[in-house]
Amino acid sequence: MTDQTDRTVEQHSYDVVVIGAGGAGLRAAIEARLQGKRVAIISKSLFGKAHTVMAEGGCAAAMGNANPNDNWQVHYRDTMRGGKFLNNWRMAELHAKEAPDRVWELETYGALFDRTKDGKISQRNFGGHTYPRLAHVGDRTGLELIRTLQQKIVSLQQDDHKVTGDYQANLRVFHECTITELFTTSSGPGAPEEDRRIAGCFGYFRNDGRFVRFDAPAIVMATGGVGKSYQVTSNSWEYTGDGHALALRAGATLINMEFLQFHPTGMVWPPSVKGILVTESVRGDGGVLRNSEGKRFMFDYIPDVFKEQYATSEEEGDRWYTDPDNNRRPPELLPRDEVARAINSEVKAGRGSPHGGVFLDIASRLKPEEILKRLPSMHHQFKELADVDITKEPMEVGPTCHYVMGGIEVDPDSGMSSVPGLFAAGECSGGMHGSNRLGGNSLSDLLVFGRRCGLGAAEYVDTLGAPPQVASGDVEAAIERALLPFSSATDGGENPFVVQLELQKTMHELVGIIRKADEMEMALKKLEDIAARTRTVSVEGHREFNPGWHLALDLRNMLLVSLCVGKAALERQESRGGHTRDDFPVMDSDWRHVLLVCRGLGEDDVELTRKEQVPMRPELFDLFELDELKKYYTGEELGGHRAGQGETA
Amino acid sequence: MSHWHHFRVWRGDADGGELVDYPVEVNEGEVVLDIIHRLQQTEAGDLAVRWNCKAGKCGSCSAEINGRPRLMCMTRMSTFADDEVVTVTPLRTFPVIRDLVTDVEYNYVKAREVPAFAPPAGVAPGEYRMQQVDVERSQEFRKCIECYLCQNTCHAVRDHEENKAAFSGPRYLMRIAELDMHPLDAADRRDLAQEEHGLGYCNITKCCTEVCPEHIKITDNAIIPLKERVVDRKYDPVVWLGNKLFRR
Amino acid sequence: MGVGLVVLRDEPDTDCDVRLGYPFVPDLTPLCCDLRRTLRVIRTTGNDAGEDGDYDDVSSTTDIADQRAAGRARIAARTLRTDRWWLPPLLNLVGLGAWVIYATVRAFMQAWYFVPEYNYLTPFYSPCVSYGCVEQAAHFGRFVPDVPWLPFALVSLPFLLLFRLTCYYYRKAYYRAFWGSPPACAVAEPHGKYTGETRFPLILQNLHRYFFYIAAIISIINTYDAIRAFVKADGSFGLGLGNIILVANVVLLWAYTVSCHSCRSIVGGRLNHFSRHPLRYKAWTFVTRLNGKHMQLAWTTLASLAITDAYIMCVSAGWIPDLRIVG
Repeated sequence: MTDQTDRTVEQHSYDVVVIGAGGAGLRAAIEARLQGKRVAIISKSLFGKAHTVMAEGGCAAAMGNANPNDNWQVHYRDTMRGGKFLNNWRMAELHAKEAPDRVWELETYGALFDRTKDGKISQRNFGGHTYPRLAHVGDRTGLELIRTLQQKIVSLQQDDHKVTGDYQANLRVFHECTITELFTTSSGPGAPEEDRRIAGCFGYFRNDGRFVRFDAPAIVMATGGVGKSYQVTSNSWEYTGDGHALALRAGATLINMEFLQFHPTGMVWPPSVKGILVTESVRGDGGVLRNSEGKRFMFDYIPDVFKEQYATSEEEGDRWYTDPDNNRRPPELLPRDEVARAINSEVKAGRGSPHGGVFLDIASRLKPEEILKRLPSMHHQFKELADVDITKEPMEVGPTCHYVMGGIEVDPDSGMSSVPGLFAAGECSGGMHGSNRLGGNSLSDLLVFGRRCGLGAAEYVDTLGAPPQVASGDVEAAIERALLPFSSATDGGENPFVVQLELQKTMHELVGIIRKADEMEMALKKLEDIAARTRTVSVEGHREFNPGWHLALDLRNMLLVSLCVGKAALERQESRGGHTRDDFPVMDSDWRHVLLVCRGLGEDDVELTRKEQVPMRPELFDLFELDELKKYYTGEELGGHRAGQGETA
Repeated sequence: MSHWHHFRVWRGDADGGELVDYPVEVNEGEVVLDIIHRLQQTEAGDLAVRWNCKAGKCGSCSAEINGRPRLMCMTRMSTFADDEVVTVTPLRTFPVIRDLVTDVEYNYVKAREVPAFAPPAGVAPGEYRMQQVDVERSQEFRKCIECYLCQNTCHAVRDHEENKAAFSGPRYLMRIAELDMHPLDAADRRDLAQEEHGLGYCNITKCCTEVCPEHIKITDNAIIPLKERVVDRKYDPVVWLGNKLFRR
Repeated sequence: MGVGLVVLRDEPDTDCDVRLGYPFVPDLTPLCCDLRRTLRVIRTTGNDAGEDGDYDDVSSTTDIADQRAAGRARIAARTLRTDRWWLPPLLNLVGLGAWVIYATVRAFMQAWYFVPEYNYLTPFYSPCVSYGCVEQAAHFGRFVPDVPWLPFALVSLPFLLLFRLTCYYYRKAYYRAFWGSPPACAVAEPHGKYTGETRFPLILQNLHRYFFYIAAIISIINTYDAIRAFVKADGSFGLGLGNIILVANVVLLWAYTVSCHSCRSIVGGRLNHFSRHPLRYKAWTFVTRLNGKHMQLAWTTLASLAITDAYIMCVSAGWIPDLRIVG
């Protein structure tokens, strides 16, 4: 048993350390290893259990297998539109261009996607995508992706084994290991900012609590999202924003933290599965939303900008399913943010279902055998988890925190953050998705930027001279911080579970789907209080697999991330994508080119600054029609468009 | 709608342990994992349990509930009578770390020993062509969430620690079957299955299939077909006779 | 080597300390243990073949000590299952045991196997190839000596037995029910050592497919018998309850035989490209569907064989008349 006060630290040295073993992390590790680097992969959970397995729909890539008209330009346009033109356009460009290669590559690793008649990878339709574009395996695409990458890692280890006799000689997975600190060369007080480089990281093994440090000149962050800071989320316990917070504390910046995607339909009952997704296809196949009075309330929530595209009567909406050319689509199929807001309003007005959601009814719309055919996994999910037969009864659903668009600010091409040696890919990086992510763009994001980070890290290591050294004082400080919850125990600190609940409640109620200045101000005040309590939470027992201790350390990450979300959300005085202000309900073009940047201030505070978005390259700008751009851009920004130049030429 | 339930949870580590009784509140609609979490948040703050997705998709929360290998997140409390004692113990086949958490390294070691997919020579990425009917069998096996319940239940290693060296367990025999049935895999894995991974240790008593939360027909669709493929190669008397006569 | 084995003999035989665990049922384990002890003595005095340990308890220690060494959770209970896990294997034990006893008695009875009037031949005596057979019943000639210890259907019964003995379903059933390996899922098995089907004799289970081929031929013979039974002794067409039973039995036998896992592999399972062999894919799909019912067919055919045989015995012995429909 590891003594609580045992300060022994296991030490490892690698060229590249990847923190996070989801799709992005594994793809980064593969690339770095292929570039000849010695690589460590660190995973909070067991290897292969990453949150990526939860992705159902598919992986968007313009391969043109289902519709030959599809190409990267179309995909690029869809992505920018989805993000309301706040995206980092260079990332969106790279993503659209490289996604097909990344998907095809998976087949050479052994992936088995569903096939078209001519034997190619089948592609499916999804919200926001012009053409069928999502490579998929039934509704378990994420699992396929993670397993394929996991098996490729194993295959690389087998290659190393042939040469060295050791599977783990050059590529090793350290699982059930949590990183609590990043080391930089100048983290000491008074050290010059420009010398700051990544030198390593520090953490503990969850199973026995022993400490470990990794000395590495390059670290790739691939830790996923922040959803655990919310009460109702589709995210698992791991999503505590570790990468976001570690990067902040190492001196890197976060952008777009105000943009969170709430999926409109998550399960609300039973409590054990609250937040778990109910796929969008339920509504696509005819499912309708009703309140406790039985009314299809979505007709009351069609915003003016969408009035022309959506049906105004139930009769017309119902006709759309069979005759989409001559009828407008039903309002249940409005964008995710609109539907989520509507459900939220109904529940707040007291017209919710018994467990605090609304009813999603497919039973009265389709024959039982039809439901079983089209939605087998949903039927299974409700049957097994909620004991609800969706062929007979309506489901109860409500919004659930699903994805954070914001994250570590990185160079689009190499994935490097503002701290040399620190890279980020996947959900924990920011910019790619702008203010709102399209379904299916997450899995492709992981692959494209995972690879780029691996490549970027390898190149960075090559250009670096002597590896930066970890300061021993930093290690001591890290040990001290990690053991703090045990020493607080003697001072009678709080139970971390209690503080976590408080934090989740605060974020859920005050910085949730619909935001108001006064509520957010109150949230920030509460977070200040929670910050003080987080510093003094205490845990019982010992360091072997102690969930209380793990949470105590994760809590400060959740807090830091929540502060970023709260501050950025208060600052942005408009509504756009995953950020809705009750007091500023419309999109404002003057805010489109403004990025809100968070910087860490010590352990539990952040400062917010504004930054101008770099204007889009002209040939990319010209991919759009002027009429569309007018909805998002200010007049002066539109001068460079081909239409404008045509007139003057 | 809540009531009190009698839980017995195994607490301890490799040095020893015992079943500890807990009376605990159970609300409508809860699963066993919820109750374990409630214990964690109330009277057993350091109760160790491994879990992730809570939706039966990641395969982390494997344990034995009333002696049956199950996922805790997929075992609804309503399946027990109100006065039924619910006993939760760690997986028995693997070394215990603490409480309900076991060391499943055995599985990762075995995974490393299965030669990876061998890409076909001369086929560039993007040029892979496979028909749906040809990938469906392997796709069934790729539904596996690696909860290791099959590995835990298989008596060949559960009751015989000494067989772990020679036997890779149902999960990895299924992986070999998956690759052997892959329409583009370039390797022959039949000798390997028998000689390196202990296919012969399986006496097809089907417990792996019984406990699979993904309802994969491990025995009927993976292991038995693999055994038959090995028979094609190794136990065909005509081939055997030919080898005897001409190779020596 | 003698010394080593003398020491071994002094070690506790863990197999003999435990029972399969059926309530109300006398345990056969002590019997097995006696047999094993005898074998061990024979091997001690024999040649060096015993040196590598084979299926004996050379390396076995107690289960608990094993668990401790491996760092497993120390849970003393053999199983914590609270359901009646012992019931299915017990039913299998009783069912299979009863059938084997019935079949053995009938196979050696050498009487009441044929109804000459209606050409009913029981499958237990088909093909009837002993010199002891009634000439009318011997459709394929007579060439086996007529002695009490050789069944009349000597060319088919051993293979049918082997076909079922090596059948993937029956293996599950008897490994569980008779050898307790394991008695039920997550219930510890009462053996110190286990090598599965890696060694002689169980490695011979791999010969299942050859017994399948033979069983298919025997099914053809049974089919022939069933068809011939429509022709009465006088050469005219006849139809009675016996015919219906014979035909039903043959249909079920075919279903059981075709649903065999080996058959599934041979018709298509061994292919990696179904798309290039559409007919074999169809055949595989059909066999796969039947294969899903292999267990049910295994039991139904045991029943149908016993019923067919019992009916013909009763008619042949004159205990009941055949229920005639035509002729």
